[in-house]
Amino acid sequence: MIETTPAALEVSDISEASETSGPIETDAVVIGAGPCGLFAVFELGLLDIKAHVIDILDRPGGQCAELYPEKPIYDVPALPVVTGQELTDRLMEQIKPFGPQFHFSERIDGLVREADGRFRLTTDAGTEFLAKVVVVAAGGGSFTPKRPPLNGIEEYEGKSVFYSVRKIESMRGHDIVIVGGGDSALDWTLNLAPVAKSLTLIHRRDEFRAAPHSVEKMRKLVEEATVRLMIGQVTGLEGANGQLTAVDVKTASGTERIACSAMLPFFGLTMKLGPVANWGLNLHENLVPVDTERFETSEHGIFAIGDINTYPGKLKLILSGFHEGALMAQAAHKIVYPDKKLLFQYTTSSSSLQKKLGVK
Amino acid sequence: MTKITFIQPDGESQTVEAENGLTVMEAAKLNDIAGIEAECGGACACATCHVYVDEAWRDKTGKAADMEEDMLDFAFDVREGSRLCCQIKITDALDGLVVRVPAKQF
Repeated sequence: MIETTPAALEVSDISEASETSGPIETDAVVIGAGPCGLFAVFELGLLDIKAHVIDILDRPGGQCAELYPEKPIYDVPALPVVTGQELTDRLMEQIKPFGPQFHFSERIDGLVREADGRFRLTTDAGTEFLAKVVVVAAGGGSFTPKRPPLNGIEEYEGKSVFYSVRKIESMRGHDIVIVGGGDSALDWTLNLAPVAKSLTLIHRRDEFRAAPHSVEKMRKLVEEATVRLMIGQVTGLEGANGQLTAVDVKTASGTERIACSAMLPFFGLTMKLGPVANWGLNLHENLVPVDTERFETSEHGIFAIGDINTYPGKLKLILSGFHEGALMAQAAHKIVYPDKKLLFQYTTSSSSLQKKLGVK
Repeated sequence: MTKITFIQPDGESQTVEAENGLTVMEAAKLNDIAGIEAECGGACACATCHVYVDEAWRDKTGKAADMEEDMLDFAFDVREGSRLCCQIKITDALDGLVVRVPAKQF
């Protein structure tokens, strides 16, 4: 599993600057840059529907990039075997002619309909869109940091338990506990050691998945006694009113209590439905029901394709999501171009489609 | 068919029969065993099918491979005998296997 690296977190810092300009006006907003979201850009593009694509990850591919970039997939038509990363790369190449605009490391939080029928979408970084149609291709939901199942942890989140750090300065003078053994845990150990009052890195074993040079640097800090390394697992939290005062750590020799004022757990990412639940769409067991002609949700103009939708006979397959995207685009065309008659065309023979694809 | 017993944290146990060649995770999902989430569908990419292999069976199931060991970093309360059960393939040698489901997956 690839973790959100500190570098990736900083990207969203920069995108906050876009808050000052007005909303981005576009035909379609595609939520999710997984295979279905990417292919939707292709199908929309063939019908002259321009799209902006938003994804919470810092790169395209969705689950293909995050969960199984190197795993072979065997059921994509005409590709007997393809890895998640290759499939993503090929889709990116395929949609290039349509010039989609990507907004990575952002999550759509707000979605409301305006008086003129368009949708106003707002990201967690403050970017705003006005779109004629919305395509929810959010897969299993948004990737969010895993919350360690420690009693009462919710109370501390955002106050003294953090899953990401926006500003290194905010951690100055703290007794910090970092938990984990991947790149995020190690990078933040190296970044925060200079500002922390004390820093303890806790990992369940004395082996680290992180980049070897980071591990080497961390070992050096441990040698210099700048960082304390503990091999163990956090089993409990101590504190009040959201302020952590200590964590209990189970080690080979028993349980030890470590005083601290901030904890950063890095246990990778998991998928949560997230804000989709707040957009007024009908939901069924955390999935969005759609019809199988238009793949439209309970809200006219909002479509849902791929793993996030449900209908009788639904299969969570990439190939099904591609089909859903093609039909969705036909329905979206009626909304984006209400007065235009849509002529069904093939890419093999239509010179106008080939022109759009940049091959004629 | 191979018998596998899943013991829940409250002590409740369920024995299921599974075909050789499936994984213990698949046997759990086919039989609706509580507490085995397997969010990633068996790709060794999520650590939500974490189990504790009963001490008597650890030699037979073997140890976690490197990639699985890395993924166990994402599991909660990892102990001796911790495995991701999507990585345990069912064979005749595992007939009677006993695994314990942890109190919490992540």
